[in-house]
Amino acid sequence: MRRLKMLGRVYLCVMLGFLYLPIAVLIAYSFNESKSRAVFTNFTLKWYGELAGNDMILKSLAVSLVIAFASAAIATVVGTLAAVGVNGMSRRARTAVMVLSYVPVINPEIITGVSLMLLFVVGNTQLSNLFSALLGAEVSVNGFGVLTLLAAHITFCLPYVLFNVSPKLRKMDVRVYEAALDLGCNPRQAFFKVVLPELTPAILSAFLICLTYSIDDFIISYFTSGTVQTLPIAIYSMTRKKVSPEINALSAILFVVILTVILGANALDSARERRLERAAREEERKAGMQA
Amino acid sequence: MIKNKSLASPYIVWSVVFTAVPLAIVIYFAFTDKNGAFTLKNIMDIGQYTSVFVRSIVLAVIATAVCLVLAFPLSFMLSRMRASRQSMMLMLIMLPMWMNFLLRTYAWMTLLERNGLINRFLGLFGIGPFNLINTSGAVVLGMVYNYLPYMILPLYTIMTKIDPSVIEAAQDLGAGNLRVVTKVLIPLSMDGITTGITMVFVPSISTFIISRMLGGGSNLLIGDLIELQFLGNSYNYNLGSAMSLMLMVIVLLCMSFTTADSEEMEAMV
Repeated sequence: MRRLKMLGRVYLCVMLGFLYLPIAVLIAYSFNESKSRAVFTNFTLKWYGELAGNDMILKSLAVSLVIAFASAAIATVVGTLAAVGVNGMSRRARTAVMVLSYVPVINPEIITGVSLMLLFVVGNTQLSNLFSALLGAEVSVNGFGVLTLLAAHITFCLPYVLFNVSPKLRKMDVRVYEAALDLGCNPRQAFFKVVLPELTPAILSAFLICLTYSIDDFIISYFTSGTVQTLPIAIYSMTRKKVSPEINALSAILFVVILTVILGANALDSARERRLERAAREEERKAGMQA
Repeated sequence: MIKNKSLASPYIVWSVVFTAVPLAIVIYFAFTDKNGAFTLKNIMDIGQYTSVFVRSIVLAVIATAVCLVLAFPLSFMLSRMRASRQSMMLMLIMLPMWMNFLLRTYAWMTLLERNGLINRFLGLFGIGPFNLINTSGAVVLGMVYNYLPYMILPLYTIMTKIDPSVIEAAQDLGAGNLRVVTKVLIPLSMDGITTGITMVFVPSISTFIISRMLGGGSNLLIGDLIELQFLGNSYNYNLGSAMSLMLMVIVLLCMSFTTADSEEMEAMV
Protein backbone atom coordinates (compact mmCIF):
# COMPACT_ATOMS: atom_id res chain seq x y z
CA MET A 1 0.00 0.00 0.00
CA ARG A 2 2.81 2.35 0.94
CA ARG A 3 4.71 1.51 -2.20
CA LEU A 4 1.62 2.16 -4.26
CA LYS A 5 1.29 5.58 -2.70
CA MET A 6 4.93 6.41 -3.48
CA LEU A 7 4.42 5.23 -7.04
CA GLY A 8 1.37 7.44 -7.31
CA ARG A 9 3.29 10.46 -6.13
CA VAL A 10 6.08 9.83 -8.62
CA TYR A 11 3.53 9.40 -11.41
CA LEU A 12 1.85 12.68 -10.50
CA CYS A 13 5.19 14.50 -10.63
CA VAL A 14 6.08 12.93 -13.98
CA MET A 15 2.75 13.99 -15.47
CA LEU A 16 3.07 17.54 -14.18
CA GLY A 17 6.57 17.60 -15.60
CA PHE A 18 5.22 16.43 -18.95
CA LEU A 19 2.61 19.20 -18.92
CA TYR A 20 4.92 22.01 -17.84
CA LEU A 21 8.35 21.15 -19.22
CA PRO A 22 7.69 22.43 -22.77
CA ILE A 23 6.30 25.71 -21.47
CA ALA A 24 9.20 26.08 -19.04
CA VAL A 25 11.68 25.55 -21.87
CA LEU A 26 9.93 28.17 -24.03
CA ILE A 27 10.08 30.69 -21.22
CA ALA A 28 13.72 29.92 -20.47
CA TYR A 29 14.68 30.43 -24.11
CA SER A 30 12.89 33.78 -24.19
CA PHE A 31 15.85 35.09 -22.16
CA ASN A 32 18.43 33.56 -24.47
CA GLU A 33 20.56 35.97 -26.42
CA SER A 34 21.42 33.52 -29.21
CA LYS A 35 18.77 33.09 -31.87
CA SER A 36 19.65 29.41 -32.03
CA ARG A 37 17.75 27.10 -29.75
CA ALA A 38 20.75 24.81 -29.46
CA VAL A 39 22.76 26.83 -26.99
CA PHE A 40 21.99 29.20 -24.18
CA THR A 41 24.50 31.99 -24.53
CA ASN A 42 23.59 35.01 -22.47
CA PHE A 43 20.70 36.39 -20.49
CA THR A 44 18.89 39.10 -22.41
CA LEU A 45 15.58 40.94 -22.57
CA LYS A 46 16.01 42.03 -26.17
CA TRP A 47 13.31 39.67 -27.53
CA TYR A 48 10.78 41.35 -25.30
CA GLY A 49 11.87 44.68 -26.71
CA GLU A 50 11.54 43.41 -30.27
CA LEU A 51 8.11 42.04 -29.43
CA ALA A 52 7.00 45.43 -28.16
CA GLY A 53 8.13 46.94 -31.48
CA ASN A 54 6.51 44.23 -33.60
CA ASP A 55 3.62 45.95 -35.37
CA MET A 56 2.19 42.73 -36.75
CA ILE A 57 1.77 41.25 -33.26
CA LEU A 58 0.38 44.42 -31.71
CA LYS A 59 -2.09 44.95 -34.53
CA SER A 60 -3.26 41.35 -34.41
CA LEU A 61 -3.67 41.60 -30.65
CA ALA A 62 -5.92 44.62 -31.14
CA VAL A 63 -7.96 42.77 -33.78
CA SER A 64 -8.30 39.77 -31.46
CA LEU A 65 -9.49 41.89 -28.55
CA VAL A 66 -12.01 43.84 -30.63
CA ILE A 67 -13.42 40.65 -32.19
CA ALA A 68 -13.52 38.89 -28.82
CA PHE A 69 -15.38 41.64 -26.97
CA ALA A 70 -17.76 42.39 -29.84
CA SER A 71 -18.62 38.76 -30.55
CA ALA A 72 -18.92 37.87 -26.86
CA ALA A 73 -21.23 40.83 -26.24
CA ILE A 74 -23.48 40.10 -29.22
CA ALA A 75 -23.51 36.35 -28.55
CA THR A 76 -24.36 36.90 -24.87
CA VAL A 77 -27.33 39.16 -25.64
CA VAL A 78 -28.72 37.03 -28.47
CA GLY A 79 -28.05 33.79 -26.58
CA THR A 80 -29.70 35.00 -23.37
CA LEU A 81 -32.79 36.15 -25.25
CA ALA A 82 -32.83 32.76 -26.96
CA ALA A 83 -32.64 30.98 -23.59
CA VAL A 84 -35.70 32.90 -22.39
CA GLY A 85 -37.56 32.23 -25.64
CA VAL A 86 -36.64 28.55 -25.75
CA ASN A 87 -37.84 28.17 -22.16
CA GLY A 88 -41.36 29.02 -23.26
CA MET A 89 -41.36 26.55 -26.14
CA SER A 90 -42.97 23.15 -26.41
CA ARG A 91 -40.73 20.19 -25.70
CA ARG A 92 -40.42 19.30 -29.36
CA ALA A 93 -39.52 22.77 -30.55
CA ARG A 94 -37.00 23.04 -27.72
CA THR A 95 -35.32 19.78 -28.71
CA ALA A 96 -35.11 20.95 -32.33
CA VAL A 97 -33.36 24.17 -31.28
CA MET A 98 -31.01 22.26 -28.99
CA VAL A 99 -30.03 19.81 -31.73
CA LEU A 100 -29.26 22.70 -34.08
CA SER A 101 -27.20 24.29 -31.30
CA TYR A 102 -25.15 21.14 -30.77
CA VAL A 103 -23.93 21.13 -34.38
CA PRO A 104 -21.13 23.71 -34.00
CA VAL A 105 -20.17 22.20 -30.65
CA ILE A 106 -19.84 18.64 -31.89
CA ASN A 107 -18.55 19.33 -35.39
CA PRO A 108 -14.76 19.32 -35.75
CA GLU A 109 -13.60 22.93 -35.84
CA ILE A 110 -12.15 22.52 -39.31
CA ILE A 111 -15.61 21.64 -40.65
CA THR A 112 -17.18 24.68 -39.03
CA GLY A 113 -14.39 26.80 -40.51
CA VAL A 114 -14.64 25.32 -43.98
CA SER A 115 -18.44 25.49 -44.10
CA LEU A 116 -18.48 29.14 -43.03
CA MET A 117 -15.78 29.91 -45.58
CA LEU A 118 -17.93 28.35 -48.32
CA LEU A 119 -20.92 30.40 -47.14
CA PHE A 120 -18.88 33.59 -47.41
CA VAL A 121 -17.47 32.58 -50.79
CA VAL A 122 -20.98 31.96 -52.12
CA GLY A 123 -22.13 35.21 -50.52
CA ASN A 124 -19.31 37.10 -52.23
CA THR A 125 -20.18 35.73 -55.67
CA GLN A 126 -23.88 36.45 -55.21
CA LEU A 127 -23.17 40.02 -54.10
CA SER A 128 -20.69 40.54 -56.93
CA ASN A 129 -23.29 39.36 -59.46
CA LEU A 130 -25.95 41.54 -57.88
CA PHE A 131 -23.83 44.68 -57.88
CA SER A 132 -22.52 43.97 -61.37
CA ALA A 133 -26.08 43.71 -62.63
CA LEU A 134 -27.12 46.85 -60.78
CA LEU A 135 -24.17 48.97 -61.87
CA GLY A 136 -23.80 47.43 -65.29
CA ALA A 137 -20.08 46.92 -64.73
CA GLU A 138 -17.89 44.10 -63.47
CA VAL A 139 -17.71 44.45 -59.68
CA SER A 140 -16.08 41.93 -57.41
CA VAL A 141 -16.99 41.90 -53.74
CA ASN A 142 -14.59 40.43 -51.21
CA GLY A 143 -16.22 40.52 -47.82
CA PHE A 144 -13.55 38.44 -46.08
CA GLY A 145 -12.22 40.36 -43.13
CA VAL A 146 -13.33 41.67 -39.78
CA LEU A 147 -17.03 41.19 -40.51
CA THR A 148 -16.75 37.54 -41.55
CA LEU A 149 -14.49 36.91 -38.55
CA LEU A 150 -17.06 38.51 -36.28
CA ALA A 151 -19.89 36.45 -37.77
CA ALA A 152 -17.87 33.26 -37.38
CA HIS A 153 -16.97 33.98 -33.77
CA ILE A 154 -20.55 34.84 -32.85
CA THR A 155 -21.61 31.55 -34.46
CA PHE A 156 -19.34 29.32 -32.38
CA CYS A 157 -19.94 31.33 -29.18
CA LEU A 158 -23.75 31.36 -29.29
CA PRO A 159 -24.45 27.74 -28.26
CA TYR A 160 -22.28 28.11 -25.15
CA VAL A 161 -24.41 31.05 -23.99
CA LEU A 162 -27.58 29.05 -24.52
CA PHE A 163 -26.16 26.00 -22.72
CA ASN A 164 -25.00 28.16 -19.81
CA VAL A 165 -28.12 30.25 -19.29
CA SER A 166 -30.85 27.71 -20.15
CA PRO A 167 -30.32 25.35 -17.18
CA LYS A 168 -30.30 28.27 -14.73
CA LEU A 169 -33.57 29.50 -16.17
CA ARG A 170 -35.16 26.07 -15.90
CA LYS A 171 -34.04 25.74 -12.28
CA MET A 172 -35.44 29.13 -11.36
CA ASP A 173 -38.53 29.24 -9.15
CA VAL A 174 -41.43 30.40 -11.34
CA ARG A 175 -43.28 31.61 -8.25
CA VAL A 176 -40.76 34.42 -7.74
CA TYR A 177 -41.66 35.76 -11.16
CA GLU A 178 -45.36 35.25 -10.50
CA ALA A 179 -45.08 37.00 -7.14
CA ALA A 180 -43.58 40.00 -8.93
CA LEU A 181 -46.54 40.03 -11.31
CA ASP A 182 -48.98 39.77 -8.37
CA LEU A 183 -47.26 42.68 -6.70
CA GLY A 184 -47.96 44.84 -9.71
CA CYS A 185 -45.01 44.44 -12.07
CA ASN A 186 -45.76 44.08 -15.74
CA PRO A 187 -43.96 41.13 -17.41
CA ARG A 188 -41.22 43.41 -18.69
CA GLN A 189 -40.50 44.87 -15.25
CA ALA A 190 -40.69 41.43 -13.67
CA PHE A 191 -38.11 40.20 -16.17
CA PHE A 192 -35.66 43.02 -15.53
CA LYS A 193 -36.19 43.22 -11.76
CA VAL A 194 -36.51 39.53 -10.89
CA VAL A 195 -35.42 37.16 -13.64
CA LEU A 196 -32.39 38.99 -14.98
CA PRO A 197 -30.69 39.46 -11.57
CA GLU A 198 -31.11 35.71 -10.94
CA LEU A 199 -29.46 34.95 -14.28
CA THR A 200 -26.61 37.45 -14.00
CA PRO A 201 -23.94 34.99 -12.77
CA ALA A 202 -24.74 32.55 -15.59
CA ILE A 203 -24.77 35.34 -18.17
CA LEU A 204 -21.47 36.67 -16.88
CA SER A 205 -19.79 33.29 -17.01
CA ALA A 206 -21.18 32.77 -20.52
CA PHE A 207 -19.65 36.09 -21.55
CA LEU A 208 -16.27 35.07 -20.13
CA ILE A 209 -16.42 31.68 -21.87
CA CYS A 210 -17.12 33.43 -25.18
CA LEU A 211 -14.27 35.84 -24.58
CA THR A 212 -11.73 33.05 -23.97
CA TYR A 213 -12.96 30.89 -26.86
CA SER A 214 -12.81 33.84 -29.20
CA ILE A 215 -9.31 34.94 -28.20
CA ASP A 216 -8.04 31.37 -28.31
CA ASP A 217 -9.60 30.32 -31.61
CA PHE A 218 -7.28 29.66 -34.49
CA ILE A 219 -8.85 27.10 -36.83
CA ILE A 220 -12.18 28.78 -37.56
CA SER A 221 -10.56 32.23 -37.84
CA TYR A 222 -7.95 30.80 -40.18
CA PHE A 223 -10.64 29.89 -42.72
CA THR A 224 -12.79 33.00 -42.36
CA SER A 225 -10.40 35.90 -41.89
CA GLY A 226 -9.16 36.61 -45.39
CA THR A 227 -6.04 38.70 -44.92
CA VAL A 228 -6.89 40.07 -41.48
CA GLN A 229 -4.73 38.58 -38.74
CA THR A 230 -5.88 37.69 -35.25
CA LEU A 231 -3.26 36.98 -32.59
CA PRO A 232 -3.34 33.18 -33.08
CA ILE A 233 -3.03 33.66 -36.85
CA ALA A 234 -0.06 35.97 -36.32
CA ILE A 235 1.49 33.37 -34.03
CA TYR A 236 0.94 30.74 -36.70
CA SER A 237 2.66 32.81 -39.35
CA MET A 238 5.58 33.28 -36.95
CA THR A 239 5.93 29.54 -36.28
CA ARG A 240 6.18 29.00 -40.04
CA LYS A 241 9.54 30.77 -39.91
CA LYS A 242 10.81 27.98 -37.65
CA VAL A 243 13.05 30.10 -35.43
CA SER A 244 11.64 33.28 -33.97
CA PRO A 245 12.57 33.93 -30.33
CA GLU A 246 9.84 36.56 -30.13
CA ILE A 247 7.33 33.71 -29.86
CA ASN A 248 9.11 32.56 -26.72
CA ALA A 249 8.83 36.02 -25.22
CA LEU A 250 5.17 36.18 -26.19
CA SER A 251 4.54 32.77 -24.60
CA ALA A 252 6.20 33.90 -21.39
CA ILE A 253 4.08 37.05 -21.22
CA LEU A 254 0.85 35.17 -21.98
CA PHE A 255 1.70 32.52 -19.39
CA VAL A 256 2.25 35.13 -16.69
CA VAL A 257 -0.97 36.94 -17.65
CA ILE A 258 -2.98 33.69 -17.56
CA LEU A 259 -1.39 32.63 -14.29
CA THR A 260 -2.24 35.98 -12.68
CA VAL A 261 -5.84 35.93 -13.91
CA ILE A 262 -6.45 32.34 -12.77
CA LEU A 263 -4.74 32.70 -9.42
CA GLY A 264 -6.63 35.95 -8.87
CA ALA A 265 -9.97 34.37 -9.74
CA ASN A 266 -9.17 31.43 -7.47
CA ALA A 267 -8.21 33.68 -4.58
CA LEU A 268 -11.44 35.64 -4.97
CA ASP A 269 -13.40 32.39 -5.09
CA SER A 270 -11.85 30.92 -1.97
CA ALA A 271 -12.16 34.22 -0.11
CA ARG A 272 -15.87 34.26 -0.88
CA GLU A 273 -16.19 30.63 0.22
CA ARG A 274 -14.41 31.36 3.49
CA ARG A 275 -16.70 34.33 4.09
CA LEU A 276 -19.77 32.19 3.45
CA GLU A 277 -18.42 29.49 5.77
CA ARG A 278 -17.75 32.01 8.52
CA ALA A 279 -21.25 33.45 8.11
CA ALA A 280 -22.73 29.95 8.32
CA ARG A 281 -20.73 29.21 11.50
CA GLU A 282 -21.85 32.51 13.01
CA GLU A 283 -25.49 31.64 12.28
CA GLU A 284 -25.03 28.26 13.90
CA ARG A 285 -23.47 29.80 16.98
CA LYS A 286 -26.31 32.28 17.32
CA ALA A 287 -28.90 29.53 16.91
CA GLY A 288 -27.07 27.51 19.56
CA MET A 289 -27.08 30.43 21.99
CA GLN A 290 -30.79 30.97 21.56
CA ALA A 291 -31.45 27.30 22.25
CA MET B 1 -42.76 31.86 -17.01
CA ILE B 2 -42.42 34.33 -19.84
CA LYS B 3 -44.05 32.73 -22.86
CA ASN B 4 -42.44 34.84 -25.50
CA LYS B 5 -41.03 32.47 -28.07
CA SER B 6 -40.18 35.28 -30.46
CA LEU B 7 -37.25 36.18 -28.22
CA ALA B 8 -35.50 33.13 -29.63
CA SER B 9 -36.03 34.14 -33.25
CA PRO B 10 -32.80 36.12 -33.75
CA TYR B 11 -30.90 33.12 -32.45
CA ILE B 12 -32.81 30.66 -34.63
CA VAL B 13 -32.35 32.79 -37.75
CA TRP B 14 -28.64 33.14 -36.96
CA SER B 15 -28.20 29.40 -36.40
CA VAL B 16 -29.98 28.53 -39.62
CA VAL B 17 -27.98 31.02 -41.70
CA PHE B 18 -24.57 30.31 -40.14
CA THR B 19 -24.86 26.65 -39.16
CA ALA B 20 -27.47 24.83 -41.23
CA VAL B 21 -27.01 26.68 -44.54
CA PRO B 22 -23.18 26.35 -44.54
CA LEU B 23 -23.47 22.60 -44.00
CA ALA B 24 -25.98 22.40 -46.84
CA ILE B 25 -23.47 24.29 -49.02
CA VAL B 26 -20.76 21.77 -48.09
CA ILE B 27 -23.04 18.93 -49.17
CA TYR B 28 -23.92 20.80 -52.38
CA PHE B 29 -20.25 21.35 -53.25
CA ALA B 30 -19.43 17.73 -52.43
CA PHE B 31 -21.87 16.46 -55.04
CA THR B 32 -21.26 18.97 -57.83
CA ASP B 33 -18.40 19.79 -60.15
CA LYS B 34 -16.87 23.20 -60.92
CA ASN B 35 -19.81 24.12 -63.16
CA GLY B 36 -22.42 23.13 -60.63
CA ALA B 37 -23.51 19.88 -62.32
CA PHE B 38 -24.29 16.86 -60.20
CA THR B 39 -21.43 14.38 -59.91
CA LEU B 40 -20.13 11.62 -57.68
CA LYS B 41 -16.57 12.14 -58.88
CA ASN B 42 -15.50 14.01 -55.73
CA ILE B 43 -16.64 11.20 -53.50
CA MET B 44 -14.93 8.63 -55.75
CA ASP B 45 -11.72 10.68 -55.80
CA ILE B 46 -11.40 10.32 -52.05
CA GLY B 47 -10.40 6.71 -52.75
CA GLN B 48 -6.98 8.01 -53.86
CA TYR B 49 -6.39 9.32 -50.38
CA THR B 50 -7.28 6.15 -48.50
CA SER B 51 -3.79 5.96 -46.99
CA VAL B 52 -4.20 9.45 -45.50
CA PHE B 53 -7.59 8.58 -44.04
CA VAL B 54 -6.22 5.34 -42.58
CA ARG B 55 -3.22 7.18 -41.12
CA SER B 56 -5.47 9.81 -39.53
CA ILE B 57 -7.69 7.19 -37.95
CA VAL B 58 -4.77 5.10 -36.70
CA LEU B 59 -2.89 8.06 -35.19
CA ALA B 60 -6.05 9.46 -33.58
CA VAL B 61 -6.90 6.04 -32.11
CA ILE B 62 -3.37 5.65 -30.72
CA ALA B 63 -3.43 9.16 -29.25
CA THR B 64 -6.83 8.52 -27.66
CA ALA B 65 -5.67 5.21 -26.19
CA VAL B 66 -2.50 6.79 -24.78
CA CYS B 67 -4.53 9.61 -23.26
CA LEU B 68 -6.90 7.12 -21.65
CA VAL B 69 -4.07 5.04 -20.18
CA LEU B 70 -2.26 8.13 -18.87
CA ALA B 71 -5.36 9.91 -17.58
CA PHE B 72 -7.08 7.00 -15.84
CA PRO B 73 -4.72 6.59 -12.85
CA LEU B 74 -4.13 10.33 -12.68
CA SER B 75 -7.84 11.13 -12.52
CA PHE B 76 -8.36 8.45 -9.89
CA MET B 77 -5.60 9.82 -7.66
CA LEU B 78 -7.01 13.29 -8.13
CA SER B 79 -10.50 12.18 -7.12
CA ARG B 80 -9.17 10.65 -3.88
CA MET B 81 -7.28 13.72 -2.66
CA ARG B 82 -8.41 16.13 0.03
CA ALA B 83 -10.86 18.69 -1.36
CA SER B 84 -8.50 21.64 -1.10
CA ARG B 85 -5.65 19.75 -2.78
CA GLN B 86 -8.04 18.48 -5.44
CA SER B 87 -8.95 21.92 -6.66
CA MET B 88 -5.34 23.04 -6.64
CA MET B 89 -4.12 20.01 -8.60
CA LEU B 90 -6.97 20.35 -11.05
CA MET B 91 -6.00 23.97 -11.63
CA LEU B 92 -2.37 22.93 -12.16
CA ILE B 93 -3.43 20.36 -14.75
CA MET B 94 -5.77 22.70 -16.61
CA LEU B 95 -3.45 25.71 -16.58
CA PRO B 96 -1.39 24.75 -19.66
CA MET B 97 -4.69 24.43 -21.56
CA TRP B 98 -5.09 28.17 -21.31
CA MET B 99 -2.03 28.66 -23.49
CA ASN B 100 -2.90 28.78 -27.16
CA PHE B 101 -2.42 25.32 -28.69
CA LEU B 102 -0.15 26.77 -31.36
CA LEU B 103 2.29 27.84 -28.65
CA ARG B 104 2.04 24.48 -26.91
CA THR B 105 2.78 22.67 -30.15
CA TYR B 106 5.56 25.09 -30.99
CA ALA B 107 7.13 24.28 -27.61
CA TRP B 108 7.46 20.65 -28.67
CA MET B 109 9.14 21.74 -31.91
CA THR B 110 11.85 23.28 -29.74
CA LEU B 111 12.24 20.12 -27.71
CA LEU B 112 12.17 17.56 -30.50
CA GLU B 113 14.44 19.25 -33.04
CA ARG B 114 17.56 17.53 -34.25
CA ASN B 115 19.66 19.84 -32.09
CA GLY B 116 16.84 20.37 -29.64
CA LEU B 117 16.92 19.87 -25.92
CA ILE B 118 16.02 16.17 -25.84
CA ASN B 119 18.68 15.18 -28.34
CA ARG B 120 21.27 17.30 -26.56
CA PHE B 121 20.34 15.69 -23.26
CA LEU B 122 20.68 12.23 -24.77
CA GLY B 123 23.95 13.34 -26.34
CA LEU B 124 25.39 13.79 -22.85
CA PHE B 125 25.20 10.02 -22.51
CA GLY B 126 26.56 9.47 -25.98
CA ILE B 127 23.19 8.41 -27.42
CA GLY B 128 21.61 9.79 -30.56
CA PRO B 129 20.90 12.22 -32.03
CA PHE B 130 17.59 10.72 -33.11
CA ASN B 131 15.10 11.89 -35.69
CA LEU B 132 12.38 12.85 -33.28
CA ILE B 133 10.57 15.58 -35.15
CA ASN B 134 8.77 14.94 -38.44
CA THR B 135 7.75 11.45 -37.42
CA SER B 136 4.31 10.02 -36.81
CA GLY B 137 5.37 9.50 -33.19
CA ALA B 138 5.86 13.24 -32.81
CA VAL B 139 2.35 13.83 -34.20
CA VAL B 140 0.86 11.41 -31.65
CA LEU B 141 2.88 13.11 -28.91
CA GLY B 142 1.49 16.49 -29.97
CA MET B 143 -2.07 15.15 -29.89
CA VAL B 144 -1.58 13.59 -26.45
CA TYR B 145 -0.01 16.73 -25.05
CA ASN B 146 -2.71 19.01 -26.40
CA TYR B 147 -5.77 16.91 -25.62
CA LEU B 148 -4.82 15.00 -22.44
CA PRO B 149 -6.78 17.40 -20.17
CA TYR B 150 -9.93 16.67 -22.25
CA MET B 151 -9.59 13.07 -21.06
CA ILE B 152 -8.67 13.90 -17.47
CA LEU B 153 -11.60 16.24 -16.85
CA PRO B 154 -14.56 13.91 -17.60
CA LEU B 155 -12.80 10.97 -15.92
CA TYR B 156 -12.11 12.98 -12.81
CA THR B 157 -15.67 14.34 -12.72
CA ILE B 158 -17.20 10.88 -12.79
CA MET B 159 -14.63 9.38 -10.40
CA THR B 160 -15.35 11.90 -7.65
CA LYS B 161 -18.82 10.32 -7.56
CA ILE B 162 -17.45 6.84 -6.80
CA ASP B 163 -18.07 6.06 -3.13
CA PRO B 164 -14.84 4.87 -1.44
CA SER B 165 -16.86 2.27 0.48
CA VAL B 166 -17.63 0.50 -2.81
CA ILE B 167 -13.90 0.06 -3.38
CA GLU B 168 -13.38 -1.04 0.23
CA ALA B 169 -16.22 -3.55 -0.08
CA ALA B 170 -14.55 -5.08 -3.14
CA GLN B 171 -11.26 -5.27 -1.25
CA ASP B 172 -12.95 -6.83 1.79
CA LEU B 173 -14.46 -9.43 -0.50
CA GLY B 174 -10.96 -10.39 -1.57
CA ALA B 175 -10.47 -8.47 -4.80
CA GLY B 176 -6.87 -7.58 -5.62
CA ASN B 177 -5.90 -4.19 -7.06
CA LEU B 178 -6.30 -5.38 -10.62
CA ARG B 179 -9.76 -6.77 -9.98
CA VAL B 180 -10.84 -3.58 -8.22
CA VAL B 181 -9.84 -1.66 -11.33
CA THR B 182 -11.47 -4.00 -13.86
CA LYS B 183 -14.60 -4.92 -11.91
CA VAL B 184 -15.35 -1.71 -10.01
CA LEU B 185 -13.50 1.37 -11.24
CA ILE B 186 -13.80 0.89 -15.00
CA PRO B 187 -17.51 -0.04 -15.00
CA LEU B 188 -18.36 2.84 -12.68
CA SER B 189 -16.46 5.40 -14.75
CA MET B 190 -17.67 4.18 -18.16
CA ASP B 191 -19.62 7.39 -18.90
CA GLY B 192 -16.53 9.48 -18.27
CA ILE B 193 -14.42 7.16 -20.41
CA THR B 194 -16.73 7.45 -23.42
CA THR B 195 -17.00 11.23 -23.09
CA GLY B 196 -13.22 11.49 -22.81
CA ILE B 197 -12.70 9.29 -25.86
CA THR B 198 -14.93 11.52 -28.00
CA MET B 199 -13.36 14.69 -26.70
CA VAL B 200 -9.85 13.50 -27.59
CA PHE B 201 -10.64 11.56 -30.76
CA VAL B 202 -12.58 14.29 -32.58
CA PRO B 203 -9.95 17.05 -32.41
CA SER B 204 -7.17 14.51 -32.99
CA ILE B 205 -8.61 13.14 -36.21
CA SER B 206 -9.40 16.57 -37.61
CA THR B 207 -6.19 18.43 -36.74
CA PHE B 208 -3.95 19.89 -39.40
CA ILE B 209 -1.71 22.09 -37.29
CA ILE B 210 -0.14 19.37 -35.17
CA SER B 211 0.71 17.26 -38.20
CA ARG B 212 2.09 20.27 -40.03
CA MET B 213 4.25 21.48 -37.14
CA LEU B 214 5.46 18.17 -35.77
CA GLY B 215 4.95 15.79 -38.69
CA GLY B 216 6.86 17.66 -41.36
CA GLY B 217 5.53 17.14 -44.87
CA SER B 218 5.40 13.37 -44.66
CA ASN B 219 2.59 12.82 -42.19
CA LEU B 220 -0.42 14.36 -43.93
CA LEU B 221 -3.73 13.90 -42.12
CA ILE B 222 -7.33 14.41 -43.26
CA GLY B 223 -7.24 17.93 -41.85
CA ASP B 224 -4.19 18.79 -43.98
CA LEU B 225 -5.89 17.46 -47.10
CA ILE B 226 -8.99 19.56 -46.46
CA GLU B 227 -6.93 22.66 -45.72
CA LEU B 228 -4.99 22.17 -48.96
CA GLN B 229 -8.23 22.10 -50.96
CA PHE B 230 -9.48 25.35 -49.45
CA LEU B 231 -6.45 27.53 -48.70
CA GLY B 232 -3.50 25.56 -50.02
CA ASN B 233 -2.14 24.81 -53.44
CA SER B 234 -4.62 22.13 -54.44
CA TYR B 235 -7.54 24.55 -54.39
CA ASN B 236 -10.53 22.38 -55.12
CA TYR B 237 -13.58 23.32 -53.07
CA ASN B 238 -15.62 20.41 -54.41
CA LEU B 239 -13.10 17.75 -53.44
CA GLY B 240 -12.50 19.53 -50.13
CA SER B 241 -16.21 19.47 -49.37
CA ALA B 242 -16.41 15.76 -50.15
CA MET B 243 -13.50 15.15 -47.76
CA SER B 244 -15.17 17.29 -45.09
CA LEU B 245 -18.34 15.25 -45.50
CA MET B 246 -16.32 12.07 -45.10
CA LEU B 247 -14.69 13.42 -41.93
CA MET B 248 -18.10 14.32 -40.53
CA VAL B 249 -19.32 10.78 -41.19
CA ILE B 250 -16.31 9.34 -39.35
CA VAL B 251 -16.88 11.65 -36.39
CA LEU B 252 -20.60 10.84 -36.25
CA LEU B 253 -19.82 7.12 -36.38
CA CYS B 254 -17.40 7.53 -33.48
CA MET B 255 -19.96 9.51 -31.52
CA SER B 256 -22.71 6.97 -32.11
CA PHE B 257 -20.46 4.36 -30.52
CA THR B 258 -19.61 6.47 -27.52
CA THR B 259 -22.53 8.78 -26.73
CA ALA B 260 -25.71 7.06 -25.72
CA ASP B 261 -28.09 9.91 -24.98
CA SER B 262 -28.40 13.66 -25.14
CA GLU B 263 -27.81 14.13 -21.43
CA GLU B 264 -24.29 12.91 -21.91
CA MET B 265 -23.79 15.43 -24.69
CA GLU B 266 -24.96 18.13 -22.35
CA ALA B 267 -22.34 16.97 -19.85
CA MET B 268 -19.69 17.34 -22.54
CA VAL B 269 -20.47 20.96 -23.00
